[in-house]
Amino acid sequence: MKNRVAIVGAGMTLFRRRMLESPKELSFEATRMALDSAGLELKDIQSVVSGSAPDAFDGMHMKGEYLLDGMGGIGKPNQRVYVGGGTGVFTPIGGFWNVASGMYDTCLCVAEEKMSPLHPHPQYAFWSIFDQILERPLGTTLLWIFSLEMRRYMHKYGIKEEEIASVAVKNKGNAVDHPCAQLGAKITVDDVMNSEPICWPVKRLDVSPPSDGAAAVVLATEKVAKKLTDQPVWLDGVGWTLDSTHWTNRDLAYPEYVEKAAWMAYKMAGIKKPRKEIDIAEVYDPFDYKELHHMEGLQLAGKGEAAKMAVDGVTQRDGDLPVCPSGGLLGVGNPIAAAGMMKICEVFWQLRGEAGKRQVKKDARTGLAQAWGDLMQVGTVAVMRS
Amino acid sequence: MILSQKITSYPGHEITPEDVKEGKYLDVVYKFEPKYSWAAGVAISRFLAELKEGRIIARKCMNCERILVPPRMYCEQCFRPTDEWVQIKDTGTINTYSISHVGTDARRLKTPILVAVVDLDGATPGMGILHNLGEVEPSEIKVGMKVKAVWKSSSERQGAITDIRYFRPIGEE
Repeated sequence: MKNRVAIVGAGMTLFRRRMLESPKELSFEATRMALDSAGLELKDIQSVVSGSAPDAFDGMHMKGEYLLDGMGGIGKPNQRVYVGGGTGVFTPIGGFWNVASGMYDTCLCVAEEKMSPLHPHPQYAFWSIFDQILERPLGTTLLWIFSLEMRRYMHKYGIKEEEIASVAVKNKGNAVDHPCAQLGAKITVDDVMNSEPICWPVKRLDVSPPSDGAAAVVLATEKVAKKLTDQPVWLDGVGWTLDSTHWTNRDLAYPEYVEKAAWMAYKMAGIKKPRKEIDIAEVYDPFDYKELHHMEGLQLAGKGEAAKMAVDGVTQRDGDLPVCPSGGLLGVGNPIAAAGMMKICEVFWQLRGEAGKRQVKKDARTGLAQAWGDLMQVGTVAVMRS
Repeated sequence: MILSQKITSYPGHEITPEDVKEGKYLDVVYKFEPKYSWAAGVAISRFLAELKEGRIIARKCMNCERILVPPRMYCEQCFRPTDEWVQIKDTGTINTYSISHVGTDARRLKTPILVAVVDLDGATPGMGILHNLGEVEPSEIKVGMKVKAVWKSSSERQGAITDIRYFRPIGEE
C-alpha cells in the first residue's frame, strides 16, 4: 500500500421512517457535518465515493448521478459503489482504494438511503432480487431468506429463539443513547418473543425498520491527517467477497463469504487472533440472529457459540467484546447504505473516546465494522485503529 | 445525548404518519408499470421443459462431479462447461423452512405461506431449491423431513416452477 489511510471526520443525519429532506439534502447534511468535523471545505476534497442501495426504493434510475450535488461530487472523480446491504461499509472501502493507492490525498465517502418513497412497503423492492424464473413465482419476500437462514442456523447449532432475542434487547437498549436513533427502547426478551410472527421464526422485534438517512466520513493520507487532527483513526484493513446468487445451494448456517472478507481485512491489518485483538465490533445486524451469524463468520465467536456470548453479556457495552454499541440497525435504524456507514462513524467516535453515553467501558484501540447484503452473499469488512 | 462530543446538533426533519394524513407536506405519486419478457436461458429452458413433463433435471460437471440443480451450462467453481443432463428425483429433504405471514409487498396474508429449501435426492448433497410446502400443519414441519413433489396434472403444467404445486411430507422411508 502506498499510503496509510486515516478517517479524519464523520457525520450523519437523523434516521427516521420518513424524512422531509430529499436524498440530495440528506446527503448534504451528513457530508457537511463530516467536513466540519474534519475541519475541511469541499475544495480540499480530491475524490468522492458514493454509496446507495437499490434504485428501486426511490423509483429513480442512476441514483448515483442524481445524488452527486448533495455528496459534493460535482466536477470531481466520483465513483458509486453498490453491493446491496454491504454498500455502507463498501463505500469507505472504495475510498480506501482512492487514498491507499496514492491517487488522491483526500476522499469523501457518503452513503444515503431513502426507503420511504416506495409503497405499500419498501420490502417490495427486494422482490426483484430473486430469480425471476424459479423463485419469484413462489410469492417471495426478502424476509424468506432471513427466516430460512435463521431456522437453519438455529437447527444446526441448537440455538433458541430467546437467545437470539437477547441481541434485539441489547441493541434497541443501546440505541436509547444514540441521538439519531429511530427505535431506541428498553425492551425484554418476552417482548420480542410475544411480538407478532412475520415469517416465523422471524418476529416483528427481531427485525430492523425501514428508514431514511445519510452518513459520511472523510478519508485522508497520513500526511494530511496529521495536519488536521491529533486523533486520526486509521483504516488499516479492508476486505470484501461475494458468493453466488444460487443461495439455496449454500450452507445457510455459516457465512463463509464473511469469513473470507474478514481474513482479507485482518491480514491487511496484521491481525492474527481476531477475538483477542478486536476491542469493539459494529457487526451487521438487520436481524438479531444476523449479529450472531456474522460474529461467527468474523471469527469473533466459534461456530454456534455467539449466542452464549450475547446471553452472558460479553457483547454489552461494558462487556469484554462490545458489539453494536451504537444500537445497530435494530435500534438506530436501517437506511440500507447509510446504516453500514453509521457503523463506520460509530467505530470512529468510539476509538476517539468521543461517544459520550455510548462510550464502551474498555479502552478500545482496535475496532471493526461489517456489513452484508445482496442475495445473502456479500461480506464487507473494515478494521480501524486509534 | 451526544453523537460525538464535538457534534451537538443532528440534522433532519421527520415526517410522521399524522403529518401525511393532515396533508402537511406535499408529495408526488407515480406508478411505474413496465412489462418484461425474460428468456429463461439455455439451462433453465430445458429445466422448465422437463418440469412440464413432470420430471426434474440437473446438470453434471465431470470435473468436480457435482450434480447441479438448478442446472447451469457452466460450473462456476471449475469454470468450465458442464457435461451432461442428469434426471434426479422429485423427492428430497427439508433443509430449512419458514412460515410466512406476509406476501411479496409485505402485506399481511390471511393464510400463511409455508416455504422451504428442499435438498433434492439425486443431486449433490446441499443442492436445494426454494419451494412451498403443503398438506402439512405448520407445527408439524421439521428440518430433515422427507418430502415429495405434488405435481399439477399434465394438462395444467406449463413449463414453470409452479408446475410443482408444493412438496408434501412422505414420512420416513
